[in-house]
Amino acid sequence: MAEYKWPDADKRTLIGKRISRIDGPQKVSGRAKYSFDINRPGMLFGKILRSPHAHAKIKSIDISAAEQMPGVKAVHIVSDVGTEIFWAGASIVAVAAVDEPTAEDAKRAIKVEYEVLPHLVIDADLKNAGEYATPANENKVGDPDKGFSEAEVTVEGNYGLPVITHCCLEPHGSVMEWEDDGKNVLAHLSTQAVSGSVSQIARPLEIPATNVRVKQDHIGGGFGSKFGPDEWDITAARLSKKAGGKPVKMFNERDAELMVAGARPSAYAKVKIGLKKDGTITAWESQSWATGGKGSGGSPPLPYVFNIPNQRKQHTAVVNHIGSARAWRAPAHPQGCAITMTALEDAAAAIGMDPYDFFTKNIELTGQRAPIYTDEMKIAADLIGWKKNWHARGDKTAGPIKRGLGLSIHTWGGLGHQSDCDIAIQPDGSVELKMGTQDLGTGTRTALNIIVADTLGLPMNAVKINIGDSRYPASGGSGGSTTIGGISAAARRGSQDALEQVFIKVAPSLDAKPEDLEAVSGTIRVKSNPAKSLTWVQACSKLGATPLTVRGRNFPNAPGNLTNQGVGGVQMADVSVDIETGVVRINKIVAVQDCGLIIDLKTAESQVYGAMIMGVCWALYEEKIMDAKTGRMLNPNMEFYRLAGIADIGELVVHMMTGKGYDERGVIGLGEPPAVSPGAVISNAVANAIGVRVPYLPLTPDRVLAALEKKGGNNARI
Amino acid sequence: MQDDENVKQKGSGVSRRTFLKASGISLSIPLVMGYKVVKVQGAEVKVYGPGKVPLNLSINGKSYTAQVEPRVTLLEALRNELDITGAKRVCDRGSCGACTMIVDGRAIYSCSTLAIDAQGKSITTVEGLMQGDTLHPVQQAFIDNDAQQCGFCTPGFVVACKAFLDKNPNPTAEQIQKGLGGNTCRCGTYMGVRAAVAQASQKGQKGGKRNG
Repeated sequence: MAEYKWPDADKRTLIGKRISRIDGPQKVSGRAKYSFDINRPGMLFGKILRSPHAHAKIKSIDISAAEQMPGVKAVHIVSDVGTEIFWAGASIVAVAAVDEPTAEDAKRAIKVEYEVLPHLVIDADLKNAGEYATPANENKVGDPDKGFSEAEVTVEGNYGLPVITHCCLEPHGSVMEWEDDGKNVLAHLSTQAVSGSVSQIARPLEIPATNVRVKQDHIGGGFGSKFGPDEWDITAARLSKKAGGKPVKMFNERDAELMVAGARPSAYAKVKIGLKKDGTITAWESQSWATGGKGSGGSPPLPYVFNIPNQRKQHTAVVNHIGSARAWRAPAHPQGCAITMTALEDAAAAIGMDPYDFFTKNIELTGQRAPIYTDEMKIAADLIGWKKNWHARGDKTAGPIKRGLGLSIHTWGGLGHQSDCDIAIQPDGSVELKMGTQDLGTGTRTALNIIVADTLGLPMNAVKINIGDSRYPASGGSGGSTTIGGISAAARRGSQDALEQVFIKVAPSLDAKPEDLEAVSGTIRVKSNPAKSLTWVQACSKLGATPLTVRGRNFPNAPGNLTNQGVGGVQMADVSVDIETGVVRINKIVAVQDCGLIIDLKTAESQVYGAMIMGVCWALYEEKIMDAKTGRMLNPNMEFYRLAGIADIGELVVHMMTGKGYDERGVIGLGEPPAVSPGAVISNAVANAIGVRVPYLPLTPDRVLAALEKKGGNNARI
Repeated sequence: MQDDENVKQKGSGVSRRTFLKASGISLSIPLVMGYKVVKVQGAEVKVYGPGKVPLNLSINGKSYTAQVEPRVTLLEALRNELDITGAKRVCDRGSCGACTMIVDGRAIYSCSTLAIDAQGKSITTVEGLMQGDTLHPVQQAFIDNDAQQCGFCTPGFVVACKAFLDKNPNPTAEQIQKGLGGNTCRCGTYMGVRAAVAQASQKGQKGGKRNG
């Protein structure tokens, strides 16, 4: 049995290098087929009539006119008479027709009567939540009374961030069809969980999971919102069945995508911090609340990262009619981070301390990762020029443009998930890996290719990578930054085992023992005498007629230290704020991040850039703006649900902590951690620039101006 | 094709004839190819539909035909009728750029252009940028600088960059940010895009730096 481990730094030919993603040519040329691009013979187009009301009961439905329209092939009632609707945009009736215009017309021909019920869609003020609010018991750590009595200064503030929506560019949806005389379902689904979606499709359709196949070559964004089929995907399968098995393409329109297909829970908190004048934090108190729509909203981790010795915390979950919450890149961490790091920065400002020194002074409260944070803070400070550019709160220079710096730290787990793969080596030397995983644009395919090729001593293009099919060995869903650890560990184990099998077959020809062989530069050779070698193709010809197939696996506590968990990251931002218009501009953001052993430095850096840009979006622009009266989302489009453009992000700098001290930990997920801090770091920089906290994200001009108006106070207009 | 001169527009309460009279528009004889010609303030204007009409498009140097309703956009015609799916439907109202195509040398949002209006024009999509097996320099630069993650915005971005560089072969950093402000990426690939455009520009800064 091979000892499973990553190759030493000097033996790595591909791992850790800067390698372009292998599906890049497909993507830049438009040849990459997303599920949304799948066109099947005889395919119908599905559309859904949605509820205009946030809370209602269905009184009547008349689909007769729609059913009789030429070109309409199936109509399916999703929410029948008597059903209670919990958010605007909920599916009522679905239609499938020969083309989109016909389906659109059929939708309009459906008549639905509602009994409208009271709703709540705005949760920024807990006082309005009434019966929708469920306060939890107080949670105490240490002795908060003692902690506050020891404090020399007490700082209070309100903080919060609203519900935002994922806005995946490829909307949620699928092409569903029944094959083999209505026995089997083929699902081209847009999903973060190819293997895991099978049973979720089979169950509601009441067929064995073995009769379902899920395929997906590429996915146009998920960010936590695409972990399985949605109600409308199952509906598409039902429409297909009614239409004799014809494929039905059902993808959300943009407005529906923003209304119903993703929401990150809000979080609000009133925070009190006790501290000494030398910066020692003695106590934390928070009353927080949050909504995730119908599923309410749990408490974010408070206080975040800093384990303050004395705490008193109370959280209230609010159920409302804003939609249904879904996981969002680093669930609950951005909220916990935004509240904690801004409250701590306010505390530092209250005692006139540089937050860099304040964080450093209290860094031991972060626990085992304190030394890493300390190193990262030094690097980030150098990259942003903290010592040179930081000033006490409030830029005193003349003119309306005020500049400031902010910082924040964050953490995440990122242990590899359960994952299987098959590695096949053919007698002609060709190599193939099959795994039921998915590439969210994180570079999963590329990482697999790097690992197999590096392990077998082959060039990248000698290995074929096949993913995105539920018929391949099962691999976990891509969430929690668990993919890179899981797929890397499985691919490494499989590759090592496969190579060992090749060594056994080849050893007699080289007059050596299998354990004396190594795979280098396309050859199998004797370690002590490299001249004794066979080319890879010659070596594989010794396999005989049958290809060698080896299962590579990752599972909890699998042998070898190939994946790990727990990372720390530091970010610092430099912003300018126009105090006349309230407009915030990013000058520069620096991210310093560790993630254990890096497989592909190029795509790893891209993850961090992307996380920072996504953070700029929700720090400055994103909000699901709800109309209190109608209960509908007012900005379900991309003009008013604004995302950052290429000119809005300033200059971004990424520094990966890599090499000795990091590599030995094994592979750790990276997609989420750098997405945690941006809200806090930008808010802190704005406070440093304008001299007052803007308590609620996003930092839109109206909020900035309101905070300036109330200078000294801490309650902006909500 | 039905003669819809007197067809009452459902729900509008105004027949087409009344509308035409009121607008000072007069109807002339129906012609072949699925449209009528009407005179609007002295100028002749084609009126299509409302049923399916024949469509003839020139895409990436090839001629394509289909039958679509006049309300069908250029983007939908390509994606749904012709299986040319590189351009993506995202915002569907001209704000994100994922559907960008080049029509007669100009970058346009194909989600906001009617298919029938694109007839007789030269349409270039992302599929038309490669020369045989060779990637266009903009495409190669996107790969070299990892200007893509999920890749869903990428076809539109690549086409927009190509059109931008055709007009601005030596852009400044500021021009790049202004000129490509019409394309939205959710994964956050803008640093790569900036570097890619710099690399693909005439100055050809190979391996444009993303960091800083």
